[in-house]
Amino acid sequence: MENSVLIRTVNLTKIYPSGEQPITALRDVNLVFQAGEFAGLVGPSGSGKTTLLNIVGSLDVPTSGSVEVLGEKIETLSHKKAARLRNRHIGFIFQTFNLLPVYTVYENVEFPLLLLGMTAAARRKAVRDALAWVGLSDREHSRPAQLSGGQSQRVAIARAVVKKPDLVLADEPTANLDADNSHHILHTMEDINRDLGTTFLFSTHDAKVIAHLRRKITLVDGRVTADEARTT
Amino acid sequence: MIRFLFKGLLRDRSRTLLPFLTVAIGVLLTVFLECYITGAEHQIIDFNADLLTGQVKVMTKGYAAEPDSLPNDLSLDGVGTLLSELGTDFPNMAWTPRIRLGGLLDVPDEAGETKAQGTVLGTAAGILAPGNAEIRRLGLENTVVRGRLPEKRGEILIGEILADRLKLQPGGTATLIGSTMNGAMATANYTVSGIVRYGVRALDRTGLVMDLADAQAVLDMEDAAGEILGWRTNGPYERNLIEAVAARFNGRTEAGSGCDLAPVMKTLRDQSDLAALLDQFSTVRGAILTIFILAMSLVLWNAGLLGSLRRYGEIGVRLAMGEPKGGVYRAMLGEAVMVGVLGTVAGTALGLALSYYLQAHGINISGLMKNAAVMLPSHLYTRVTPVAYIIGFIPGLLSTLIGTAIAGRGIYKRSTASLFKELET
Repeated sequence: MENSVLIRTVNLTKIYPSGEQPITALRDVNLVFQAGEFAGLVGPSGSGKTTLLNIVGSLDVPTSGSVEVLGEKIETLSHKKAARLRNRHIGFIFQTFNLLPVYTVYENVEFPLLLLGMTAAARRKAVRDALAWVGLSDREHSRPAQLSGGQSQRVAIARAVVKKPDLVLADEPTANLDADNSHHILHTMEDINRDLGTTFLFSTHDAKVIAHLRRKITLVDGRVTADEARTT
Repeated sequence: MIRFLFKGLLRDRSRTLLPFLTVAIGVLLTVFLECYITGAEHQIIDFNADLLTGQVKVMTKGYAAEPDSLPNDLSLDGVGTLLSELGTDFPNMAWTPRIRLGGLLDVPDEAGETKAQGTVLGTAAGILAPGNAEIRRLGLENTVVRGRLPEKRGEILIGEILADRLKLQPGGTATLIGSTMNGAMATANYTVSGIVRYGVRALDRTGLVMDLADAQAVLDMEDAAGEILGWRTNGPYERNLIEAVAARFNGRTEAGSGCDLAPVMKTLRDQSDLAALLDQFSTVRGAILTIFILAMSLVLWNAGLLGSLRRYGEIGVRLAMGEPKGGVYRAMLGEAVMVGVLGTVAGTALGLALSYYLQAHGINISGLMKNAAVMLPSHLYTRVTPVAYIIGFIPGLLSTLIGTAIAGRGIYKRSTASLFKELET
């Protein structure tokens, strides 16, 4: 997938109805992401970062314009097909980790593979590999409540990448972490990006994350105001 | 996946305990009430069948038209032959003749003058025949509170209130004054062998039990009887079978003719307004099931809503990971089934345990029956039937499914992005 188009948005506009004054979250956004990118959407709160991430992640649909992810037009996908796209090709990392509290680390990471219908043996290997990537092999039997914030986010990363998706969408992944843990998980994600070729698309206004990005797209009031390729 | 969900259910007790307890308690009550109603229904059937109606009763058409006025002038004649035919035609039934009689019981003083007098409503049955089942059917062994059962001709039992009023004790003598089958006056002296207490005021105030042969002798009813009662010998009362017996008998006799003396067979339901009473049992049973399903569904709906609200985060994550909304909904229903099955099994086990206990020991309702006009037993027993093992699954599973289905629709209808945004709040 190297140098192939993974995401393409054409005149993407998203308007949320809100009483008499609809809110325009995105206006005519035109972007292209190649496979293997390590890119971020930056901008102040309300600039449309999360909305764009949601649409790219097939959790929402554009009001007008077009979004193509891995050759699938998001605006025409049925619920079932959108779920299948997320299931097979997209991983999510959240600001608040959102681990399932009653399950162990191992089971949290295993869950996406259950949805894929993988065999138990294949799941076991994939989960152990993913936990090894994030350095948590020794915590597979722990519950989320027994983990630190940094460890929890590493479990969330393992869960996002365990199925080896083409794309990982990370919404403010370091917002709840201290500097050390932020750097640690960013390095982990960079390693995965490099080793597995997984494309990462961040939504962030954290300078620590921005410093690691190889491409920074700035959004203001729903418009792309800058799109900079960077060398790290 | 099912194993995964099951683990979650077991570990997250706050999400499973309330639905589990609701189902278990609801099912417990359903099973117990089913056993209680079945027990009461069968007990009333057996009590009335043994004491009054039989499962079927053969009478003359005229007698059947006004059974409460005890028209012995319209009794069955040729009872010996009729019993023989019934035995041949219906080998799986036990048949026994009885006479019901009304009259006065006169207690003389030492000079032979009337000291006290009271009206009686008597039952004459073959209680002296060796190996007879009538003593058991009439419940005499347990109801004699003073004296003993009749052991020879000329001995009678009378109700306790009547005995107290007439100041009769076991060993005392009394004269029965009635009318013969042919309308002539009938009198005979008897010795009171025992006093009975049924716990039913109507019986204790006027009740008299005597041997059939004594009644036939005094009422001039040789080879005659007011009624012949029949019971199944190979199982309890079953409406369909009993109605088939009656239909077969009535189809072959002159029941359809206009002759008042033609024999006719009536089922238990055709007598003493029992049909209405038994139909009420069916209605109550259905109502209880419906009420429990609705009430439990409401509780489980709310429990499901609370659980779902608490699990918005989890549901959002699962949707984000690519689990289809339908999959999440089905998983919720699957969890509901698991909780429903576990709660139902627990509730059924507890309900059966309680029912088995009360099947053996019963509930004493004699205090409620002191002034009862209808004949009901003093103890009510539950009865555990195979239905009791499965009936709890109807409210147990239906209510969890309905409750979760309603609660889950909120999740199902919510747009994915809205749910996803709530992850971050």
